[in-house]
Amino acid sequence: MAEPKENTTLKPDAQSAGGKEPVVADRVHVWPYLVRNEFICSIIVIVILTVWSIVIDAPLEEPANPTQTPNPSKAPWYFLGLQEMLVYFDPWFAGVVLPSLIIVGLMVIPYIDINPKGNGYYTFRERPFAITTFLFGFFFLWISLIITGVFFRGPGWNLFWPWETWDPHMVIALTNVDLPEWGPLRWMGNPKIFGVELIGLVLITLYFSVAFIVYYMKRDTSDTIRQLGPVRYGIVAFLLLTMMSLPIKALLRLAFNIQYVWVTPWFNI
Amino acid sequence: MPSLSELKKRIVESQLWRSMFRHEYPDTPRNRVLQIMANVWLHLHPPKIRRHAIRVRFTWCMGGITFLMFLVTLVTGVILMFYYRPVAEYAYADMKYLQYDVPFGMIMRNMHRWAAHGMVITVWLHMFRVFMTGSYKPPREFNWVIGVVLLTITLLLSFTGYLLPWDQLSIWAVTVGTNMARATPFVGSEGPFGELVGVTSRYDARAFLLGGTLVGPAALLRFYVLHCIFLPILISLLMIVHFWRVRKDGGISGPL
Repeated sequence: MAEPKENTTLKPDAQSAGGKEPVVADRVHVWPYLVRNEFICSIIVIVILTVWSIVIDAPLEEPANPTQTPNPSKAPWYFLGLQEMLVYFDPWFAGVVLPSLIIVGLMVIPYIDINPKGNGYYTFRERPFAITTFLFGFFFLWISLIITGVFFRGPGWNLFWPWETWDPHMVIALTNVDLPEWGPLRWMGNPKIFGVELIGLVLITLYFSVAFIVYYMKRDTSDTIRQLGPVRYGIVAFLLLTMMSLPIKALLRLAFNIQYVWVTPWFNI
Repeated sequence: MPSLSELKKRIVESQLWRSMFRHEYPDTPRNRVLQIMANVWLHLHPPKIRRHAIRVRFTWCMGGITFLMFLVTLVTGVILMFYYRPVAEYAYADMKYLQYDVPFGMIMRNMHRWAAHGMVITVWLHMFRVFMTGSYKPPREFNWVIGVVLLTITLLLSFTGYLLPWDQLSIWAVTVGTNMARATPFVGSEGPFGELVGVTSRYDARAFLLGGTLVGPAALLRFYVLHCIFLPILISLLMIVHFWRVRKDGGISGPL
């Protein structure tokens, strides 16, 4: 877009034009400079959308038939990240708790990111943690899972390369085990209290207690933690650890065939 | 015959013209401000704006394009509503009718669908841009929260609309999507502690969404009403708040 040519040095008539607003040399008139951009942008977008709609038809398959389940059944593409999480977590967690936490987690960002820098301009150096976390979540945990779900999942929700034919009868050995049955941990047996597996309980408690350990070790030396305070720090740590549980579960599943870390009579994780 | 300039003068000075247009057009700083201030549609903007805020490489135009996509779905959606009946017996036939018999029916349907998908993408990119510029930081915290709600409603709008063609694609995508509700802790029949609460598959969160135990005629009507009435009104109200707060929180963000 062309740079506005308006002379932004103070002019006597600029003062009357601005009304009560203080005259700032950095300001340009919305009419024509912004309205013009909006107008051109709208035209370009509408032209692209119209051409796209002429060339590519929206899909319409056979009439709805509740007795004939297609394999695979896929959710709309923007929810395939969530459907992909179902591979690694049970529905109550992947389909209900995690989506809620994503929404709530996004909402609390302004209240837990107390770094005053980087307000209103692009910068990485002044807020490396915030940007790294967001990029990881956005690209690695959301976009890449959607791409996997759209392009690489076939019948039985098995992985297929785009050039492979979908074979609905492909046999995949189900070798997944729960963590207490997994080789190195098997010697411990499967200790339970009231049907709750102890190994899983201990491991998940340990996982989240990392936050407490870091807090008590670093609170005297780290300015960040002191400024955050215990409540904000707790929220940041909980959300971050929960977010990281997805790639950890994915790694355990894909590399070690571990299905559940923790089994209880009511829910599994 | 009056000369052209005389004719223009007569029109512009007539009572009718001056009752419609409150100011003159010549390019003066005063008229530039009045163009914005005296126009109900444009007065969403401030009369003046910081120089960096009109740069495409700062805003990517994504918020505006999202709004444009919403307007496109609104217009095409109303047109589609003239031809579509949310009844299991008719819905699919109406889709065929729209595609093959209604003049411009196919392109209306295509524009509605692609604009809806486009809106999902642009709203994500808008959020991405707002995050990257740190524009959620004080004093704009709450507008970010409203933005997250708007993002969620955009997804719900798209999802409820996905069922309406009533074909294999839509019914099974919605089945997969709503099966999640069955697993909700406490209020889903297959979720943790659902048994303790006593919910059954006929009477749990999923049945409440669908109006039954499977994606049937009741679900179609529910999704239609949500898609065409409830969610559009909700998103419009929140958009008004969102845009208004952009102004009230100090205009578009920028280096202090």
